[in-house]
Amino acid sequence: MGETPHRSADAGTGGTRVTQSHEWPAGASARVAEAPVSTRSPGGNGLGGGGALPRSRKFGAERAFRGLTLAAGTAVLVIIAAIAIFLIAKAVPALRANTENFWSYEGWSPNETQPKFGIGTLAFGTVLSSALALLMAVPVALGIALYLSHYAPRRLGTALGFLVDLLAAVPSVVFGLWGRDIFINPVRDFSVWLNEYFGWIPIFGGDGPFGKSIMLGALVLAIMVLPIITSLSREVFLQTPTANEEAALALGATRWEMLRTAVLPYGRPGIIAAVMLGLGRALGETIALALTLGITFGISFNLIQNGGNTIAANIANAFGEANETGRGALIASGLVLFTITLIVNITARAIIYRRREFTESAA
Amino acid sequence: MAKRVSASNVSAYYGGFKAIENINLTVEPKTVTALIGPSGCGKSTFLRSINRMHEVLPGARVEGSLTIDDQDIYDRDVDVTAVRRTIGMVFQRPNPFPTMSIFENVVAGLKLNGVRKKSILEDAAEKALRSANLWDEVKDRLGKPGAGLSGGQQQRLCIARTIAVEPQVVLMDEPCSALDPISTLAIEDLMFQLKDKFTIIIVTHNMQQAARVSDRTAFFSIEKTGDPGRLIEYDNTQKIFSNPSVKKTEDYITGRFG
Repeated sequence: MGETPHRSADAGTGGTRVTQSHEWPAGASARVAEAPVSTRSPGGNGLGGGGALPRSRKFGAERAFRGLTLAAGTAVLVIIAAIAIFLIAKAVPALRANTENFWSYEGWSPNETQPKFGIGTLAFGTVLSSALALLMAVPVALGIALYLSHYAPRRLGTALGFLVDLLAAVPSVVFGLWGRDIFINPVRDFSVWLNEYFGWIPIFGGDGPFGKSIMLGALVLAIMVLPIITSLSREVFLQTPTANEEAALALGATRWEMLRTAVLPYGRPGIIAAVMLGLGRALGETIALALTLGITFGISFNLIQNGGNTIAANIANAFGEANETGRGALIASGLVLFTITLIVNITARAIIYRRREFTESAA
Repeated sequence: MAKRVSASNVSAYYGGFKAIENINLTVEPKTVTALIGPSGCGKSTFLRSINRMHEVLPGARVEGSLTIDDQDIYDRDVDVTAVRRTIGMVFQRPNPFPTMSIFENVVAGLKLNGVRKKSILEDAAEKALRSANLWDEVKDRLGKPGAGLSGGQQQRLCIARTIAVEPQVVLMDEPCSALDPISTLAIEDLMFQLKDKFTIIIVTHNMQQAARVSDRTAFFSIEKTGDPGRLIEYDNTQKIFSNPSVKKTEDYITGRFG
């Protein structure tokens, strides 16, 4: 019995416990006979000891914790609702004041007496630069992640993985400045070269000037989203069960075939999640693009001419000198950006959900 | 379809640790050979050396010579993937590919070999699943995930996957240790049928199983922890279990040791 240590200390009070214990039905009397000197109160029955089961507690840490988690969960919803209401309340008056079509007008002059602004060019630039950035970053990131997880010697893999994580810690304004002042030179040279030899392809056409282009912005973005995609997919690849890798190898798969048969399909939901996180970062990236893009308003697929703009970069550039309507217009553009990221996320979830039958049983 | 496996002076290492030493044995075609012995005696290591899966682990290597029908599988010019295609392996825990359907699991090996034609794959899948006694249970749900089957069915799926590529030799590393007695029986029956076509080598901790399924039994043991495992006795199963010639074998099979 658990209460033996108490015996000597309470030896003198033994007699009183017996009467108290009469409240307990069943096993209680046997208990008393064994340990008449128990100091335990009737409610605090020993762990798994005899006697009736204690009543459940009405108030306690369990309930308090439950309340706390509920409050935290609710707070998220309240904050989201509050943000949405605030954004819509600010955006609607500006949208009313707009004298042009918000969706199709190519330009952004909301501060004038006749406010004119359209989201089309900005939304287009946002999607185009992010898509290009992912197009360049994802294959490289997956390659690095596969190398780190399955080809590199363990030590080298860990060290390189640490370096990649460090890349994620570089502030975006540093990337922006580096892109604007240094990286622009090779990109400009490359753009000129592309224009000379591949100018017949519309995306590489134009008469210049080149440099502060969608290509520069997308390249800088690609470098910025590379670490997050790399490090997440590396984690996912490392989680592939050894049993599955060995199964593939034992069927006569080469290393690459093993990766294709066992590792990549297993990591698919994780890869999608990583890419979506990268896309989220790319879509919302502000200062790096504000510094590297040419800031023009116009829808063009030309990648190398000065130009390009995104919703977030436009907010950063235009917020300073915006008046009431101007701020409302920018907030409206923010709402559109929010919608775009929401759609991206829902799509990703849908892709993962569709294969749930296969991924859940994998766990 | 079945080939002879011979090992001479095979030793295997994990880095600096010698796991098995100087193993010599020959496995005849179309027989079931059981490898028994206490934990850590190197029987799984030896099994994994036979299809060059041992060297997958970092720092692991094999010395000595292993041949199938007189061809050295550790020869410098031999393609390791061809070795593993010729010598299939079934693992201790059922390990179907979790992202694949039952059908895709069975034909995974064929697809790795470049077979793309649907009709060929379908025929091969049916044949392999029938051989693995699984066809009747799964024929209506070939598109469902392989990982959704019961443990015993998963293991038979893995056997189907292994024999679908028509190997010469099938290695089984404690294939029933994660299964209940009924599934175990199903797999033992299966081994009996499979030995018509394949050479089967099975590692087992279950001595009754070894006695039931195998024609020949090899007993491995170690002196003490840290010593390399050695082949103590290799003979007909009946002889090993009724009248072993080495005292140590007798101690082990009668339960006095190990």
